[in-house]
Amino acid sequence: MRSTIWACIALLVPVLAFADGVSAGRQKELKNLLYQDCGSCHGMKLTGGLGPALTPQALQGKSGEFLATTIRYGRAGTPMPPWGPLLSDADIRWLADYLKNPGDKQ
Amino acid sequence: MILRGLMLLVLLSSAFSLSAELRGTGDMGVVVERANGQLLIVEHTNDRRLAEIDGLGDLSHASVVFSRDERYAYVFGRDGGLTRVDLLEGKIVKRVMQSGNSIGGAISQDGRLVAVSNYEPGGVRVFDADTLELVADIPAEYASGKLSKTVGLVDAPGNRFVFSLYDGNQIWIADMTDPGKPVITKFEDIGKAPYDALISPDGRYYIAGLFGEDSMALVDLWHPEKGSRKILQGYLAHDEKLPVYKMPHLEGWGMAGRYAFVPAVGQHKVLVIDTNDWKQVDAIEVHGQPVFVMVRPDSRQVWVNFAHPNNDTVQVIDVESREIVKTLKPGKAVLHMEFTPRGEKLWMSVRDEDRIDIYDTRTMEKTGELPASKPSGIFFTDRAHRIGL
Repeated sequence: MRSTIWACIALLVPVLAFADGVSAGRQKELKNLLYQDCGSCHGMKLTGGLGPALTPQALQGKSGEFLATTIRYGRAGTPMPPWGPLLSDADIRWLADYLKNPGDKQ
Repeated sequence: MILRGLMLLVLLSSAFSLSAELRGTGDMGVVVERANGQLLIVEHTNDRRLAEIDGLGDLSHASVVFSRDERYAYVFGRDGGLTRVDLLEGKIVKRVMQSGNSIGGAISQDGRLVAVSNYEPGGVRVFDADTLELVADIPAEYASGKLSKTVGLVDAPGNRFVFSLYDGNQIWIADMTDPGKPVITKFEDIGKAPYDALISPDGRYYIAGLFGEDSMALVDLWHPEKGSRKILQGYLAHDEKLPVYKMPHLEGWGMAGRYAFVPAVGQHKVLVIDTNDWKQVDAIEVHGQPVFVMVRPDSRQVWVNFAHPNNDTVQVIDVESREIVKTLKPGKAVLHMEFTPRGEKLWMSVRDEDRIDIYDTRTMEKTGELPASKPSGIFFTDRAHRIGL
């Protein structure tokens, strides 16, 4: 019985700590990256700068898939660089979701 | 009675520590704390913080110029806020929201006008330096109904402002002789996507970096009739353009004697240009995509920081040998560097460590540090007396 409980906990812990496959610590790093580094072009409040605004309102009608593709490969002909070499697929998915629904993940 | 008088004196002096102390401002400066929209007032003789000011709005990418008496700082916020700060009183004197989204500014040669470079609405607005009242509005209309984001705004001799149109591929000179009626000279098709610009320390050459091509655009302000010309064309040669995770900055651009040191775009190199003929004479391999390439005031060293993900590193280039003589690892996210007026010290903001580090530039060793909340730009008041800053 006891071993079963432990097994359940052992299974659960990673699920809780790694929601979306991104650990809480990593989420914090990604938020810092988003507001501070992406923010140098998109504005620290994501209201736009040299690059377009990335607020949920501004991104209405853009799919998560589109955002993930833009983050991964960049946008040719603009200064938006490809982040694929620096971020994992899970990181990129998390960022795309977060941009669409920042409230859900705060 | 005497004791009471003394206590009162102590109380008074602590309450007005900044203003009551009779002092000059030549060794003062400000540091932008971008996370919480604060401005630190600092002093570099004793390397200390003097005051912290709130209420400056969104300070991501904020920049600062100083009044010619070095008493007031003009802070250009991302949110379009223009704020005049009294360094001695440690407080905001005046603040206006002048646009929706701005990127930087400049102060005129005569010190009477402050110009702001705006993204939204695209253009430049000019204000009275005392009252911050609007004096002139210059929409950057490059095609019918189309406004361009403006970048690389600097002051130039002759009470002129010069700036570039990021979307319009143009350079404009605004002659402010009659402040209410700027006379604009336009240079079209200067090259694709100017992202920032600089002016030589003597105020003669304006050079815009181009993001859309491996070249730079140069205007000789002594001879605007000669137009804009491209220099360093094809500097990437056959090398692949690497991703650029932060736009390089050309402000504080390094002119060391006849040589200029500029960041390559999309290459981990600092380019060396001979200003006699504007030809590239060298390309120094460095640790990452250079962001700031800063020449020490005596022109003997060049300090370079880098874009993400190499922004934990700073390298020092010896100007004479053009070799890297030191590689420093100050910590996560080194954003900005500023030399003291004669260059014996350098302050750098280490954003993700919430620290300002202070270096002795001769030994290239760290000699001190100050706490700061996500520090970015560092600006010392001696900029007040330098053309283009």
